[in-house]
This record gives sequence, structure tokens and C-alpha cells, in this order.
Amino acid sequence: MRRSMKLAAVVLSGSLGMASLAACGAKSTDTNASSGSSSDALKVGMAYDIGGRGDQSFNDSAARGLDKAKADLGVNVTEAEAKTGEAEADKETRLKNLIDGGYKTIVAVGFVYQQAVDKVAKDNPNVKFAIIDSNDKDQPSNVTSLLFAEQEGSYLAGVAAANKSKAHHIGFIGGVQSELIKKFEAGYKAGAKSVDPNIQIETTYLTTPPDFSGFNSPDKGKEAAQGQLDKGADVIYSAAGSSGNGAIEAVATAGKWAIGVDSDQASQPALAKFKNNILTSMVKNVDNAVYAYIDSVKKNTPFTGIKLFDLKANGVSLATTGGKIDDIQDKLKAASDAITSGATTIPTAPTS
Amino acid sequence: MTSPNPAAKRSFAQRISGERIVLALAAPVLAVVLSVAICSVLLATSGKNPFDAWNVMITYATKSDGQVLILNRATTYYLAAAAAAFGFRMNLFNIGVEGQYKVAALFAAFVGAQVDLPAFIQIPLLLVTAMLIGGLYASIAGLLKVYRGVSEVISTIMLNAISVSIVGLLLVPGVFAPKASSTSNSIQTDPVSDSSHFFSIPTAGGDLWGFLFIAVLVGVLFQFTLTRTRFGFDLRATGRSESAATASGVNVKKMVVISMVVSGAIAGLIGLPELLQNSYSYGQSFQPGLGFLGISIALLGRNSPIGMAFAALLFSFLDSTGSQLPLKGGFPFEIVAVMQGTIVICVVVAYELVRRYGLKRQQQKVGAQLAAQAAATEKKEVSA
Repeated sequence: MRRSMKLAAVVLSGSLGMASLAACGAKSTDTNASSGSSSDALKVGMAYDIGGRGDQSFNDSAARGLDKAKADLGVNVTEAEAKTGEAEADKETRLKNLIDGGYKTIVAVGFVYQQAVDKVAKDNPNVKFAIIDSNDKDQPSNVTSLLFAEQEGSYLAGVAAANKSKAHHIGFIGGVQSELIKKFEAGYKAGAKSVDPNIQIETTYLTTPPDFSGFNSPDKGKEAAQGQLDKGADVIYSAAGSSGNGAIEAVATAGKWAIGVDSDQASQPALAKFKNNILTSMVKNVDNAVYAYIDSVKKNTPFTGIKLFDLKANGVSLATTGGKIDDIQDKLKAASDAITSGATTIPTAPTS
Repeated sequence: MTSPNPAAKRSFAQRISGERIVLALAAPVLAVVLSVAICSVLLATSGKNPFDAWNVMITYATKSDGQVLILNRATTYYLAAAAAAFGFRMNLFNIGVEGQYKVAALFAAFVGAQVDLPAFIQIPLLLVTAMLIGGLYASIAGLLKVYRGVSEVISTIMLNAISVSIVGLLLVPGVFAPKASSTSNSIQTDPVSDSSHFFSIPTAGGDLWGFLFIAVLVGVLFQFTLTRTRFGFDLRATGRSESAATASGVNVKKMVVISMVVSGAIAGLIGLPELLQNSYSYGQSFQPGLGFLGISIALLGRNSPIGMAFAALLFSFLDSTGSQLPLKGGFPFEIVAVMQGTIVICVVVAYELVRRYGLKRQQQKVGAQLAAQAAATEKKEVSA
């Protein structure tokens, strides 16, 4: 008993000692507070999701927007990226570090930053934040959400798929069954049914959250695509990050049509050998959104609240590389006009 | 260990106690030095100055906000290590800490959001909920081992995978998460009630989590239970030799289930500092991987409460200060993962080296003693 009491005393006094050290020591931000205003250029900090620059998809698209802003608007930029399995505190520290470095405009890429952005934005009301793909009903007023109308682009993908399908049987592969990917599914199905009300649609989700491996498992994508091909689908749309590469491979091997996502996948070097089987890609122009946001801050008229990048604002579009959808361009145009004029509204959640 | 004469053993232990402390410290220090050397070489070959990197890390650790972050993170790490170590002490490899804390934190978050009682009832309620759920989830593996002979390693790894699905099934709008009116992509439970917020100590460097005291309490109870109670004795005996424990009347089956449940109950606490002190809700991006980190820390700290405290502080130091590396000098943060990995590998090797060296020293000492005794008796005989 006496020894465990002694042990308790040692541990307690030790930790309190460290705590008191913490209480009176200088903060790491004290020293570099002056480094903020060395130049007049707008300083933009970007915090990437896992994968960062070079992921061939979402983060890279955001990086393109940042590069363009750097070249055209002359802004000063810095970047930081998330690592797998990090604590919430790491995200907050990353954002705080950017602020300490004098970066007063910060773009957070991906919904994983929502809580960290809310918190840091509240403590730093003079810093402007943008968060991609996420919004929160009580986010501070200095946070802007950059959202995309994925359902509208997917609707067009559905129209294209239904027009190209000979078997009247198409497929959808979602990476992770999240609210975001359900928007893709809903738009795609609505688009296909607008062309062919009796079309058969296969749906496969690779994983359910919190297991996000469905976004980077090409093997799972390949297996799911093979399953849909075996059932008779001849056009398959995969909204599954890099898992989609596996799906495209399976579809191309079977000689059917694949529809890519996020970037123009037919023009990606990694998928070059399958490009003859990539019908089109539902491109999400994260770069446009990032550029537009930085431009708005630079012009002193920053976006506020929720900024939706839809078909009209060129937030989403269908890629035409390879000219495989040129023959149905008039039908796509009609569908797209109906959306932009408001004649067609597209569900954001699947009905079934 | 096997000295037949208790009196001789005590005097022997007294004489080499200083040396024993040095030997005990030698292994972890050796491991850290080795891994620093390996990482320095790695950094140097990639064209970066390793000393700049260490400087960035150490400078951050001398600042108050860095220290608060390190202590807060170490609190979580220590609980994870204690959960794993409790099973390890009786040779029960609870790999399932990972799954146990996730499920426990999810349920605690749900209960915390649904119930709003005064803080002095609410917080114990949440602690008990988390421990209960963690313990129940771990008991599955314990019962399977006892009644069906399933290795706990296999079953807990499988239960980890199942826990992800349980969270996936429950953490959807309309079940544990609020029905979202918007199409937000970030899904989390409702925030826990204000009365659930655990106290924290405001310092110049930010809020120091009061959960630190819970972690210290867990460490003290851990040591007390293992060294001062009959249960602890039975547990250690079972760990050393199951057949010997059975022969001396220990109910091994009962011990397996109880230890598994206690290990799971401690695991249940892992997610609570984050839940009750920082994010106040359980979301899809709730930090994964703490269970596995806990195993590494328990290994580094040799399953002892004090050792694990140092190990938790070390890992927390590496993780917290490592996050500064990419922004202050463009160092790759992967270097921290490399360092943690090499520390764990080196420490296993170093413990074995030090153990052998200690054994050799002991043999030499005993040999010298015996020789001296023999010489003395010989002298007596000669002089007689």
C-alpha cells in the first residue's frame, strides 16, 4: 500500500510539474508573430486531406486551382497535408500553424476538416476559411463552404449511359456509402430513367463509413465491376476515388463502357491504356471553386456562407475527351439546359 | 529469481539495485538512440539536415502550447497502453483494444447526447457506460476462448473488423446521428450535453485536459491491483505458468474472462478524453488506430505503469512535435512514423541484449563470490 501511495505521489507531482511548466512557458507562436506582414501579397494556406498533392483525383484538383491562383493572381501560397489516423488536434494544429505563418486565407480540402475549421475559425475571427465539400449549420461567419452539385453532373452521366447502353442495363459503383456518394447515385439514376424509364440499374457500394477504404481499393472496385458485368450491365459509372481505376480496368477488359469521376480520367496517364473504353467522366471542378474563392478574397468581396458550384457555375461537367459522346451531344445539351433553367430538379438522395 | 535463500536474495538485490536501474533504463535509451541515429541517416540521405529537424521538434516541446498538446495526447496514449498491458500481464493478447474503444466511445457519445443530468452524475454515468460497453465487447473474445478454445488473438482481430461495421451501421442519420436537414458530408452524433464536459485546467498554452488525473488514477489502480491484491497475484501467476496456477487453485477460466473484461473496460476510456474534452461528439473521422498504438506503447513501457507513462510521453512528444516538421522546414512527417517503428523494433532487440548482458554479469558476480569463498576456505585449511 505504501509503495503504491508513493507511486501515485511521484506520478502526480511529475505530471503537475510538467503542467506548471506549460502554464508559465512561452508559446510557440510568440516568436513568429512578426513574420506575418513581410509582403503585401495575399497569403493563402491550403490544408489537404489524406493523399495530398499527387493523388490523381480530389486533392490534385484543388492543387490545380491553387497553382492557377499563384500564377494568375500572384498570391503567396503554402501547403500542408493530413496523415492517416491522425488526431483531431493534429488538424487544429495544422490550421493554427498556417495562421501563425501569416496565412490569413485558408482553404481546407475535404469534410474531415469541418470540426477543426469551426473551432479554429471561432478563435481567429480575422482569418477567412473555405472548406470544400462540407457545411455545418452553426459554422462561424468567417467560414465559407464550397459545395458542388454532384447530382447534376451525375444526371448527365446517367443520360449518356442510358443512351449508350445496348442491353438497357447499366451499373453504379460507389466507393463509400456516404451522403456525398449518395448524391452521385441519385443523380445518375434520375438521369438514366429520364431517357429510359424501364432501364435496369445495378448499384454496389464498396464499404460503409467509417471504413473509408472503398475510396482507395482498386481490387474491390474491379470485383464489383466484374459482378455487374456478369449480371449484364454494359455501362458502369464508378464514383469511388482510386477504386474506380480497378472498375475501369475490368470494364475495359470486357469491352464495355466505363464512366469516370472527379477528373477527366480518359486523359490520365495511369489509365491511358483503357481510354478507348472510357465513355466520359463526371468532372468536379474543385480547381475552379478554389480559384474563384481566392479571387473573391483578393478582390475584397469574399464569398460567404454556402457557395454552390453547380452545372450553371461550371462546378460540374462531362468530359468530352475522345469524342465518344459527340453523337449524343444534342441530348445532353437539352438535359443540361433543362437543369440550368430550373425545369428539371434532381434528387440529392436515392429514392429506393 | 530462483534464489533458494531469501536472506541472500535480499542482500544481493540491495547490492545491485543501482545496477538494476541502469540495466532497466539501458534498453529503452539504447532503442531511442538507435532510432534517432537511423532517422538521422535517413534524413541526411534525403538531403535534409537532421539536426534542424530535431531542433524543430525540441523547440516546439519547450513551448507551453506544445507541452499542453503533448500532455493531452499522452493522456489518451497512456489509457490505450494500460488497456493492452493489463491483458499482456497474464499473457492474454488483447489485440482488440482498437475495436473496444471505438464501440465504447460511440455509445458514450450517444448516451451523453440523450441524457442531461447534473455533471456529478452525468460524468460517472458516461465513464461507466464506456467501460461497460468496452468490457462487454471484450468479453466476447474472453468467453470464446474459455468455452470454445478460440485464440483471443484471432477473435479480437475479427472483432476489430466487426466494430467498424457496428459503427457504420449505427452512425447514420436517424439512428445515432441526427437526421440531417442539409446534405452535409460530415456525419457525427449530436454533441454531448454541457454537463458532460470534463473539467480542464486553463494554462498559457491552452486547456490541459483534466482527464490526465483519470489516467494517473488508472495507472495507480493498475499497479495496486497487480501487486497488492490476491486477484493481481493470481493474474501474474497465470501469466507466468497456467498449469502451475491451476495446481495452486486458481480458476484460470474465470481469470481469463475477468482480465479480458477489465482490459476492455480500460479500453473503453480511451476515446473519452477526446469526446468529453475536445470534440464533444463522435464523428466518422474519430481518431482510429489508438488501440494498436497502445500495444506499441505497452511494449516499450514493459507493461509497467511508470514505464508506460514515459513511453506514452515519448510517443506523444514524437507525434505532437512531428506535426510541426512539414511546415517548419519542409521535412516529411513520415519520419515520425519511421522513428516510432524503429523504436519499437530496437526496444525488443535492446531488451534481449540487456537481459543477456545482465544475466552474464550476474553469473560473473556469483562466480567471483564462489571463487572468493572457495579461496577463503582453502586459506583456512592451509593455515589450519
